[in-house]
Amino acid sequence: MFGRLSLSAIPYDKPIIMGAAGGSVLLGLVILALITYYGKWTYLWKEWLTSLDHKKIGIMYIVLALVMLLRGFSDAVMMRSQQAIAAGASLGYLPPGHFNQIFSAHGTIMIVFMAMPFLVGLMNIAIPQQIGARDVAFPFMNSVSFWLTAAGAMLVMVSLGVGEFSKAGWSGYAPLTEKNYSPGTGVDYWLWAFQIAGIGSLLSGINFLVTILKMRAPGMTLMRMPLFTWTTLFTNVLMIWAFPVLTVALALTTLDRYLGMHFFSNTLGGNLMMYVNLFWIWGHPEVYIVILPAFGVFSEVVATFSGKRLFGYRSLVYATGAITVLSFAVWLHHFFTMGAGPDVNIAFGIATMMIAIPTGVKIFNWLFTMYRGRIRFKLPMYWTLGFMVTFAVGGMTGVLLSLPPADFVLHNSLFLVAHFHNVLIPGALFGFLAGYTYWFPKAVGFRLEETWGRRAFWCWVIGFYLAFMPLYLLGFMGMPRRMEHYVNSAWQPYLIIAAGGTAVILAGIVFLMIQLAVSIRRREANRDMTGDPWDGRTLEWATASPPAEYNFANIPVVHDIDAFADLKETGMAYRPPDRYHDIRMPKSTGKGFILGVLAFTLGFALIWYIWWLALLSGLGLLIILIARSFQEDLHVTISAAEVERIENEHYRQLKSAAETERPHEPGKHRKGKK
Amino acid sequence: MRRSKYFVFIGGFLLWAPSFLGGCSDMLLMHPKGPVGDSERFVILTAFALMLIVVIPVFIMAFWFSRRYRAGNSKSAYMPRWDYSAKIDLVVWLVPVAIVTALAVLSWRQTHRLDPYQPIAAGEKPVRIEAVALDWKWLFIYPEQHIAAVNQLVFPVGVPLSLRITSDTVMASFFIPQLGSQIYAMAGRQSQLHLMADEPGTYAGHNQQFSGRGYPDMHFKAIAVSRNEFETWVHKARQSPQKLHPARYEALAKPSIDHAVTYFSGVATGLFDHIVRRYHPGRPGNPGVAAGGKNFSANANIGLLGGS
Repeated sequence: MFGRLSLSAIPYDKPIIMGAAGGSVLLGLVILALITYYGKWTYLWKEWLTSLDHKKIGIMYIVLALVMLLRGFSDAVMMRSQQAIAAGASLGYLPPGHFNQIFSAHGTIMIVFMAMPFLVGLMNIAIPQQIGARDVAFPFMNSVSFWLTAAGAMLVMVSLGVGEFSKAGWSGYAPLTEKNYSPGTGVDYWLWAFQIAGIGSLLSGINFLVTILKMRAPGMTLMRMPLFTWTTLFTNVLMIWAFPVLTVALALTTLDRYLGMHFFSNTLGGNLMMYVNLFWIWGHPEVYIVILPAFGVFSEVVATFSGKRLFGYRSLVYATGAITVLSFAVWLHHFFTMGAGPDVNIAFGIATMMIAIPTGVKIFNWLFTMYRGRIRFKLPMYWTLGFMVTFAVGGMTGVLLSLPPADFVLHNSLFLVAHFHNVLIPGALFGFLAGYTYWFPKAVGFRLEETWGRRAFWCWVIGFYLAFMPLYLLGFMGMPRRMEHYVNSAWQPYLIIAAGGTAVILAGIVFLMIQLAVSIRRREANRDMTGDPWDGRTLEWATASPPAEYNFANIPVVHDIDAFADLKETGMAYRPPDRYHDIRMPKSTGKGFILGVLAFTLGFALIWYIWWLALLSGLGLLIILIARSFQEDLHVTISAAEVERIENEHYRQLKSAAETERPHEPGKHRKGKK
Repeated sequence: MRRSKYFVFIGGFLLWAPSFLGGCSDMLLMHPKGPVGDSERFVILTAFALMLIVVIPVFIMAFWFSRRYRAGNSKSAYMPRWDYSAKIDLVVWLVPVAIVTALAVLSWRQTHRLDPYQPIAAGEKPVRIEAVALDWKWLFIYPEQHIAAVNQLVFPVGVPLSLRITSDTVMASFFIPQLGSQIYAMAGRQSQLHLMADEPGTYAGHNQQFSGRGYPDMHFKAIAVSRNEFETWVHKARQSPQKLHPARYEALAKPSIDHAVTYFSGVATGLFDHIVRRYHPGRPGNPGVAAGGKNFSANANIGLLGGS
């Protein structure tokens, strides 16, 4: 009836795991109780869970990302504290083998369930507005993407208390993931969570590629697209190219584990090197999938807060394109030590260091955007500057690792761990946090508190250096990654400093939470009446904050890269149109949510060998998809009168908003707050 | 004036960082004990110095521009529509191109020179060693001496080591940081590695590729000794009552953590090749293996040679 699932799957005897699982369940119950207490179930269902509005889906993505950031970060705290203790004879405080689950979960969560939802969330909020569209190309598919990602994340969370998570690392190298070496459910949790979320990401990639290519406002030629739109476009191309490879790699591993096949096994012609190649053919472009959108955010932020056009727009576009193409030619640098000949290693090594060229160009372009600007030091700008300085170091160590002879001694060491955190934390996370702060008023209607945000920023930056610089040194001291305990006590002082750094980052995360709470409490004081809180330059700032469901009552016409700055300068920005029209918008549907639930039960059933449930869930998925494809009543019409009412309300707000003097800046038509 | 001192400080710090690495003797990679590690340190330091040409200006410009062009400073120029300069564009593309070209040349030469498969040119005939990664220990076979050791690698100083490496379990990576290059150990395949120690000493060696539960304890001592001491050690190993015949090997290959250093005074001929080949039962000339790949077949053609 329940396959291999029995009550013994719950690790009662492990207090740390039970504490974490119990805490998560309790927190979930409290949230459910609160929703019930305030009678918000209908609201939640109608306005959020079934919504096809890209802005709401974007917010849900970011909520998911922030929750998973907390989970992934707790894993980091446990790893760092374990390694700070477990020197010499000490085995640390974690039960044996648990450390291996933690680092596997940390990597999987941070990449697949934190970075991916965060960037897709930002795309959702910003892209349609930035290109002057009313929605994405496939609104229902957007909802499906989100709920598939959420289903994957839920599987990872469930693995905390029911069974175990993979102990084979986030990259899941065969043959360690084969059934004979990892017989438990851990690898299956990893496989299905990864697979389901991966399909969600692939659908997102298709959706946004089509949105950007087909739904731009009139006049917005490719070379007039904002940089965030460009980086998103390239990210989508990468997603579409790379994710199918991951799907195949995971599917073949699944066949090995479930049907006893031999794609990656040691025996009968299996080839682990094929898995490693396939994984990194996805895995390396994935790094750019998460970093490019952040580069887009930095481009927007630098131009906006320097009050200046972006320097070298064409250069930035071509550099992004170069990174996109090159990112597919470098995967082998993840395993120079596999024993390929020197010529193969050199080819991939040089391709890798070539990526540093366009990346360096981008950094200089941002710097020259600041040059002769009027830089306003708002939070997004802090994150951007923190990124530029820190990322330069990470880029440098990356180029170092691209030299095969250097990699031969640094590979799989803590130097490598320090390197990829040094590119991904500033390069991706700082960018996401910059984007989160930058678009927060647009999405919800009020700004985030600066003070707590700045405290969070400094904790993140200082904590980052404290946590990861010692790891570089430990790499030089010959310390491999993923050590549950170690004999060389010379490593311990550095690991204690690193653990201290993690504590400082923890403070940064707590401050981010306080910032959110304080901002919600003081939302009236921070309300954005104009829709343009930062004196923005691109079209998303032309809508109200938060925007009407349809974003634009009349689709704007674009004449410049900085379309909205251009409208403001020519005085066209806040001119009411002559007349309004009916607007057709997608109708809410619960089918995306239900597909997510079914994907979850399908995954869960396959992990525990509950075949009847797997069959039912699979059939359910199919039936709902078919039913949806026959549905004809897919739209609601917002009448011209309703549109006029909403728009008039916006114009009334605009009038009431005090005009702010901007002594340093030209353009008298700007309405944004200082 | 104050600002320029600031930059001198940052620049000084960056230049000092590598020398710090050299100063502390715990920084194993900065204190290599053999020609391979030595060249690899040279590559790291050269590349680091070259890249500072780009990184230092980024630091300086980030600090300088954000101070000079801050909104409060009305004395600095403000050109909101200035968005392109062909000269700057050229420089920001060409400088990284030049540095990467230099690094590519460095990479080309050194990667060929430091190819782990290439024997080290030295007067002495290399010592042949066959390393097998097991769950979770290292087996070192000395085919010429007909001895084997678990979790200890003893070899003469100043003589090149010629290693053949495989795994009889999941993937592992053989690494002695102070001697240089690591290389993967994979079941059914042999990798090669050539190392040499210039100085006698005991160096830490370990598996650098996560391989499951016993991974953190999968380390060994690499001991470089003089020719005479090496002969003495070989002699000592030959006194060991244990011989590594197929059955004993199967017992050894079973998972164990923190395996004690063990010597074997005899080793089945062709054991290493057999371990490699048994994952390819279908190939001509290879012994038949059960689907699990874990057992030597009964008719496997390997005999046992007496050690001494």
